[in-house]
Amino acid sequence: MTAALQAQGLGRRYGKRWALSDCTLDIPAGHVVGLVGPNGAGKTTLLNLASGQLAPTTGTIRVLGGRPGSDRAQMGKVGFVAQDTPTYAGLTITEHLKLGAKLNPRWDDALARERIERLGLDPAQRAGKLSGGQRAQLALTLGIAKRPELLILDEPVAALDPLARREFMQGLLEATVEHELSVVLSSHLVSDLERTCDYLIVLVDSRVQVAGEVEELLATHHRLTGPQRDTGRLPADQQVISASHTDRQSTFIIRTEAPIHDPAWTVSQLSLEDLVLAYMNTTARTHHRPVLEAQR
Amino acid sequence: MIWLTWRQFRTAATAVFGGLAALAAILAVTGPRLADDYATGLADCTTQGGDCSMFVQRFFNENQSGFLAVTAVILVLPALIGLFWGAPLISRELETGTHRLVWNQSITRTRWLAVKLGLTGLAAMAATALCSLAVTWWSSTVDQVATENFPRLGSLVFDARGVVPIGYAAFAFALGVTVGMLVRRAQLAMAITLTVFVAVQIAMPTLVRPHLLPPTRATVEISHSVLDGLMRNPENDAVRLQAKAPKDGDWLLSSQTVDAAGKAVDDINVSLSSGACAPATVEQDRMATCFAEISRLGYRVQMTYHAANRFWPFQWIETGIYTTSAVALTGFCFWWTRRRLS
Repeated sequence: MTAALQAQGLGRRYGKRWALSDCTLDIPAGHVVGLVGPNGAGKTTLLNLASGQLAPTTGTIRVLGGRPGSDRAQMGKVGFVAQDTPTYAGLTITEHLKLGAKLNPRWDDALARERIERLGLDPAQRAGKLSGGQRAQLALTLGIAKRPELLILDEPVAALDPLARREFMQGLLEATVEHELSVVLSSHLVSDLERTCDYLIVLVDSRVQVAGEVEELLATHHRLTGPQRDTGRLPADQQVISASHTDRQSTFIIRTEAPIHDPAWTVSQLSLEDLVLAYMNTTARTHHRPVLEAQR
Repeated sequence: MIWLTWRQFRTAATAVFGGLAALAAILAVTGPRLADDYATGLADCTTQGGDCSMFVQRFFNENQSGFLAVTAVILVLPALIGLFWGAPLISRELETGTHRLVWNQSITRTRWLAVKLGLTGLAAMAATALCSLAVTWWSSTVDQVATENFPRLGSLVFDARGVVPIGYAAFAFALGVTVGMLVRRAQLAMAITLTVFVAVQIAMPTLVRPHLLPPTRATVEISHSVLDGLMRNPENDAVRLQAKAPKDGDWLLSSQTVDAAGKAVDDINVSLSSGACAPATVEQDRMATCFAEISRLGYRVQMTYHAANRFWPFQWIETGIYTTSAVALTGFCFWWTRRRLS
């Protein structure tokens, strides 16, 4: 099976600022991939590179085996729901569907109509009159009815209220299962992704901090709590993601494949949110950590 | 893509083409009558004695407002097209983010831009062509009698007849699109487009058009044919000549009175109170004596002008310049869309 997304030393520069640098990824198809990171971390840049909206400054990127945006066939295989889910305010829902039908060779009109009906939307309604959640649903419908193999969504729920968020994610999940889509979606909130994603990429400061299947990430990351100890005195196979010390106590978040035998530690499981926060915080404090290299 | 472009464009298109249709209808009704009036009037005065200058003057005065109105319409149309069709075409999409919706359908940006520009741009040129055709046809009779006040190569009539309006429209449209693409804001783009286009339209007839072809230079004797007026300065009794081009409809660029030595002078040293040019000489035949006296003193007038028969060469050259600029801007738009836009 071809990979959904492969990147080698991918980078993109705007003027002097690198929005994304040295990004190497290999995401197999069939996953719902969450791309998480703070605002301005480079999520949109990575997704735009993947959809062919941007050309890389360095490195290469292949999506479903092809160069993004290279031709009509490639564009047909990748759906993209842009940030803020833009729609034409003056066009009705029906007209949006017609737009999709005219511009996509693999357009599934029955699917689109059925989805709009199920959402309880009035096809004669102008998109400008829709609520944020309904507009996002319309954009998602356009993305799905295009019948892509990979659907990319850039912060699709950022502007939505909690209820609309849940409905949107629900709809996305159903479509994913129904049409065997690979999905990449970004968010700056882990909670948006927690229930949906089975693959996670953490992007901070234009660099990929960690990437992998959620299950595996959770299985290999631990929180160690115990008496005060220097970071350097941990075993070599334990990569320290974050460390905090009080006078008597040390808390580490580590990544290791091996079991932890040291009886001095209280070992506890991390939630996905803890894990992401650990990676985000560490980068905020220090930019040069040996663990960065070891992750890949 | 054609469907989408038309769907987005249809309101603006209907407004302009509707307006033009109304204008065309009015012109179609009044045009033949105008031509009729002119032909009968001319025939009448010819049979009554042959001097038609009074009739021509009256005919022009009666139809001047209509003449100016249709001229204004065709002058303004390219600006409107640049403003309302060109400037928002891309900037509105960028402003609302909808370009990212379209670009992520199975369509390349190049094709997206090609269809948008092609359809709207051709409509812009077609609208202006129709309008110019109707106006040129309608005002052909008035243009004949207006040559004295409005030379065919001058900024008002030339800009509003023949093929140049099509070039203007193409340029204004491409300018609007380009500005919109660069500033990414519809209203700002409209303001900038209007400013730049108006500046270009002022610069063209004043700075560029006179040099499109080398002007005719002539030093001629002062006579009726080059005289627009003689003015007397009451303080020193000096006489100043206001020249006009030798033939009606010629476009005078500059004129300079020179004395017998060929030196440029402001005043003609001849008395208007006595001698050959005394006030009694208002009648035509005695005026000739006055001119003879001025010529005897060695005064000539040097002038540069473009003959009226250069109308079409100028039209084609100027249309070429504007169309080339429009093509260059369009090329830039494609490059920018492919390389820089996101």
